[in-house]
Amino acid sequence: MTLTEREEDAFPFFQDYIFAKSAIVLTDEKRYLVETRLAPVVQQANLRCLGDLMRALMRGDRQLETAVVDAMTTNETSWFRDNSPFEALRAHVLPERITANSARRALSIWSAACSTGQEPYSIAMILEAHFPELSGWNVEILATDLSQSALEKARQGRFSSLEINRGLPAAHLLQYFSRDGAHFQINDALKRRVRFQQLNLAQAWPVIPPQDVILLRNVLIYFDAPTRQRILAGVRANLRPGGFLLLGAAETTRELVEGFVPISVARTTVYQLKEI
Amino acid sequence: MRALVVDDSRAMRALLTNILRGIGAEVVQATDGRDALEQLRRTDALPDLVLIDWHMPEMNGLELVKAVRKDPAWKPMTLMMVTTESEHENMVRALLAGADEYLIKPFTPDALLEKLNLLGVPVPEQALAAVTGG
Ligand SMILES: C[S@@+](CC[C@H](N)C(=O)[O-])C[C@H]1O[C@@H](n2cnc3c(N)ncnc32)[C@H](O)[C@@H]1O
Repeated sequence: MTLTEREEDAFPFFQDYIFAKSAIVLTDEKRYLVETRLAPVVQQANLRCLGDLMRALMRGDRQLETAVVDAMTTNETSWFRDNSPFEALRAHVLPERITANSARRALSIWSAACSTGQEPYSIAMILEAHFPELSGWNVEILATDLSQSALEKARQGRFSSLEINRGLPAAHLLQYFSRDGAHFQINDALKRRVRFQQLNLAQAWPVIPPQDVILLRNVLIYFDAPTRQRILAGVRANLRPGGFLLLGAAETTRELVEGFVPISVARTTVYQLKEI
Repeated sequence: MRALVVDDSRAMRALLTNILRGIGAEVVQATDGRDALEQLRRTDALPDLVLIDWHMPEMNGLELVKAVRKDPAWKPMTLMMVTTESEHENMVRALLAGADEYLIKPFTPDALLEKLNLLGVPVPEQALAAVTGG
């Protein structure tokens, strides 16, 4: 892409466009990020420049829309990310919800920005390894994300050794994965435990069954305060009374909507929705 | 924290040593299993953590793990394989022999720190945040 003529500045359009589609806030300092992430999209679509991409999007090209939104999401993740929240799940959150639901024999967990699947699969491994008493229960792990390509990878459950290295305990690797050439394939039993679905947190949500646990980790950081508020209100509306919310390690609780009680457990903080 | 890095590659020893020193560990090095065993027998300051390559001359990593796990006095040491060896069967053998964790080469520094975190080795918050943030 050489600039033979002076190109119009498409950056403000992309700021607005990405915000409208995902609520992801791109400040002016993110110009470079937008350019590097969208350059491959421009190239793949055989376009000349970001201006061409902008015009294609304005015409309503759906395929390019998906490609642009996917390119602008940051899918950085790892197994048992930060470890302590998963320890809190195992030691406190899940046992408490299992006791609470023992009559109903059902448990629902939602990974609300699941990226390429490491987070919901980590939960599935905890259930499999530590909660044999749940056999015969109706256990649902719902895993959603905005990015279609991240979801596609999550559904495949096929990971490189670089990805496997990121926080997956070796014993779990041996137990739940098989070798597939240079990759590792997660086994079908675990895969069946997780239901992947596209969901845009920034727009109206589809109907979701009431949840016992919601993981909303390392995603609020991309949004502005009103969006965060709206999403947290949605989380509260979808949690059962007594259910738990888990946030990312760096995420603040300052603007948490009312009704949540912070609980310190396993060197982390989880938020429990008050019983009414 | 004290760590022993066992690898026949000088570059790999240097890389691992750098990362470990970055989180405040005291690091010593050995060039193969036999060298490591000799150092462990001589030292009066046992390492808390031993990072072990698999394929090395003299004594390989699996044999080193077996030898270390024979001596009850060495039980508190955390052993982690750091190796290109990633055949399922061999990984199973290493864990059964007493290795606590396994990192496949090549790896990124954050992957090493995440494994240490998993093993309960204290990793300063800033070090973890610096590699996993965003
Ligand atoms: C950094 S990843 C975090 C993944 C995982 N929760 C973790 O903590 O490791 C952020 C994820 O949020 C997703 N995301 C960004 N905007 C979103 C939106 N509006 N709705 C749903 N997911 C979104 C991205 O696609 C990305 O997969």
